[in-house]
Parts: sequence; C-alpha cells; structure tokens
Amino acid sequence: MAYAKPLPKIDTLNRPFWEAARQGRLVVQHCTGCGDRHFPPGPVCPVCLSDAQDWVEVSGRGTLEGWVDFHRAYWDGFKDALPYRCCLVRLEEGPVLVSNLVGDAEPRFRAKVHAVFDAVTDEVTLPKFAME
Amino acid sequence: MSRELKDKVAVVGVGNTRYGNFPDRDEYGLAAEAFRNALEDSGLRKDQVDGLLVCRIPYYARMGEVLGLNPRWTLTMPPHGRMSAMGIIEAVAAIEAGLCTTVALLYANIGRSRRVNYGGDENPSTWDPFGFTSPGAAHAMMFRRHMELYGTTTRQLAEVSVSIRYHACLNPDAVMRNPITIEDHESARFITAPLRLLDYCLINDGAVCVIVTGRERAKDCRKAPVLISGFGAQETYAPSSISNFDMEFWYPAVKAAGEQARGMAGVEHADIDALMCYDNFSPTVLFSLEGLGFCKQGEAGQFVEDGALSLGGRLPVNTDGGHLSNSYMQGWALNVEAVRQLRGECGTRQVPECEVVQYVQATPCTRSIIYTRG
Ligand SMILES: [Zn+2]
Repeated sequence: MAYAKPLPKIDTLNRPFWEAARQGRLVVQHCTGCGDRHFPPGPVCPVCLSDAQDWVEVSGRGTLEGWVDFHRAYWDGFKDALPYRCCLVRLEEGPVLVSNLVGDAEPRFRAKVHAVFDAVTDEVTLPKFAME
Repeated sequence: MSRELKDKVAVVGVGNTRYGNFPDRDEYGLAAEAFRNALEDSGLRKDQVDGLLVCRIPYYARMGEVLGLNPRWTLTMPPHGRMSAMGIIEAVAAIEAGLCTTVALLYANIGRSRRVNYGGDENPSTWDPFGFTSPGAAHAMMFRRHMELYGTTTRQLAEVSVSIRYHACLNPDAVMRNPITIEDHESARFITAPLRLLDYCLINDGAVCVIVTGRERAKDCRKAPVLISGFGAQETYAPSSISNFDMEFWYPAVKAAGEQARGMAGVEHADIDALMCYDNFSPTVLFSLEGLGFCKQGEAGQFVEDGALSLGGRLPVNTDGGHLSNSYMQGWALNVEAVRQLRGECGTRQVPECEVVQYVQATPCTRSIIYTRG
C-alpha cells in the first residue's frame, strides 16, 4: 500500500539532512565561521550571518523536552495511527527537533533519548527518537 | 515604550457583527457592518475617518471601495492571530506622527463557514512528516512542559476555561452560553493531549471595528473616550519552524511588554481591574499571568484556582467570554471588551468601578495595551 502520510518537502537547503537520514545518520547545519549548529537550515548563519555553512553529524542523543498525543488527524494518512505521539528533543549539540517518540514506555520529562531511523519509503527515512 | 504617547490617542468607537456561521457573507460585508456600528458608536461622520487598517480582509482597496472611503493612510496586517494590538499601536503612532487623524481598524473572519482547520496542509511545516501540526499542538507541548516543570495540573487549567465560559454565559452575544464545570473539562475529548476540546478556542465568523483618534478630537465624540495609556512590545521569532511555540512560554517577552506598558501608563498590578488575555488555548492565559507578574513563574496554576479569574474573583479575565467561549476574533473583540468595560456598558458582566483594563497577547509578537477611563 502506498505511504499515505505527508513526506518532507526536500529542497536544496534541507537535502543534506534527508540524504544523511537515509544513511542512518543525523546531521545539522553548521557555520564554519562561528561554529553555531542549527536546524532547520537557513540561507545564512542566524548568529553571524555567514554564508559559509556545511553539515555535521551529531550524536543523535538528546533529552526529551516534551510530548503530545494527537487524537485528531489533520491528514487522512494519520487516521489509522491515532492516537500517535510527537516529541520535542533537545540534542546534546543544542538544536531542538520535533519528531515521534517510539516505544511503549511512559515518557519521562528530560529522559535521555536517542535517534532511531524509520525508512518509511525508498527515498525517505524519518529520524525518530526512543528513550534509553 | 515612548511615554510621550501616553494618553494621546483614544478609542472613540467600537462595533461588531453577530458571531456565528455565515456561509452567505464575506469579509467585506461583515466588516462593513462592524464599521457602521463603530461609526454610530463614535458619533463621527464617515468622512472624518482618514486612516484605514485592515486585518484578515483580502484587499484594502476593495474595503475602501465598499465603505466609500479614500483615507490618506492605509495599512494591511497579515491574517494572523496576533495583529490586533500590533495594529492599534501602529494606529497610535500614525496619528501622533500626523499621518492621519482618525483610524478605523477593521477585522473580519469567515473561518467557520469556510471550514478552516488551522493545521495540516493549510499550514505546511518542516515537521509535517511526523504529524506535528496546528497551533493547538504547539500549546499542548508548552502545557506539557509547564506540567512537568512546575507541577501544573489539568484541573488547574480547567479553571481558565470554566471562568471564561462563566463570563460568556453573562454575555448575550457570546457563541457558547452553556455553563461548564471542571469535571466537564476533564471529561471532554482530547484533541492533542494534554489539551482537550474545552482548552481550544472557537472558530466562528464575524467582524470587529475599532475607531481611534487623538485625545482632543475624542472630546467631540458621542461617548466618553477610553484612553490608550500604555503599551509594550517584544517579538520572539525563534523557533518559527515550530509555529506558535516558545520553550519559555514567551515569559521574557510578556514580562518586557508588561513592564513597558505599566511603566508608560504609570500603573501597578493592583490598579488593574480586569485583564483581557489572548486565549487561543487555555494555557496561554497561565503563561500571560506569569509573564505579566500577577504571580511568579510556575505559579499560575495555583493563582487561577477557586474561580480567581471570574467576575468578583481576584482578577477578572476575558469578561466577554474570550476566544474560548465568546468569539474567535483574534484579540480584536477583547480590545473592544476592554473599552466597553471602561465605559460601564457591560450589564451583568460589568466589573464594578472599572478604571484600568490591560490587554495582553502572549505570542511570537507579544503586545500589551493598558486602557484607562478618560
Ligand atoms: Zn555563524
């Protein structure tokens, strides 16, 4: 059956993130001028405005900063998944990501989490998170 | 904020349509009705209006054509739920700069009849593949953090919805007029847990108009002017990728805007007779109370207990029923309610001896306005 949930809109700016995820690696944008690491990516560094930005791999480890459970589907593709859990993760390296929390364990605030990679289609792998 | 602008501009006319589901009407028709009502309320002639601000109305020129207005100052605000106080402050600045003398600010919303969802493909974001969408989910995430950081409970959160619904029951124009209890809140269905249906604002059609002019001109208007005595502002633009979200509940921004507004108006917390608080979702009220300093950060859950926000309580909040139960006019109707309270026009929901009313919106564009009786 075709994958029915929304897929990322991959563009020139965010392509490295999704290509790395397909390889099971988590990367964030990095400023070679001032060292700031950020995600989602931007055309210039939000700290020093430099154009000189590349992508660096991060540990995939972070802390659980929040979670919510969707009981309403804003896309038809999520109807069969209700209720599903989204989470907020602060990576050890700083950036904050939204994702899904996988596993049945009861979430604990600021629990240690790590990235797990879910290949939802041939082209797209979603970095999700699980508690340690 | 600039203290020179204290008490220089007054609200002289307010008007609104009925609120509900109007599939046969558009923004222009609703806004025209609100304008006519506000003009009548002010006692001004149409040709005395030389400034036009429109929000959530497709095309300013069509609005001008509909109303037969050719002002010398026009401003369009985007259709976001945080523009009301931004627009009012812009109008104050324009009047004091001499760009115009009298501004009609018009807002219309037809989201109910056109079935706007405020999530999914209407608002594409980086996080769609994970199913994370909608302002409600962002507020649910913030409230989860508030629960974990401070021990706030959903029963405390319920107090917000219950008090504001109580006020709606006193407002004959409100959309939702059946009383609710904490138990009703606790048993309502989840939308995005930990938030339930009764934590979410309404979506309804309607329009609002506010007319402001300089203090001197205001003396010739039909009713006693309500003065714009203080205002404050602070944006928080990151993380805009998670829209309507802030890791710190906009606490620094609300604190700054509140201090600016109180300082400009020369009032203290104890002087504030009622608070009109942007309540797109019930947790925003808790965040606003903390940021404004009505209680310490983390203590809003305790502050709101035992009906503290109800008429006759410690701090009446959203005496018209707010976005949760009166009407989703994205802040505009709350500014109108502030004016009506200060005029003493609120009937059974009137705050006794009401002299100072504060408006606040805890959003990525945080604003607060303090209104006083002229
Ligand atoms: Zn940099």
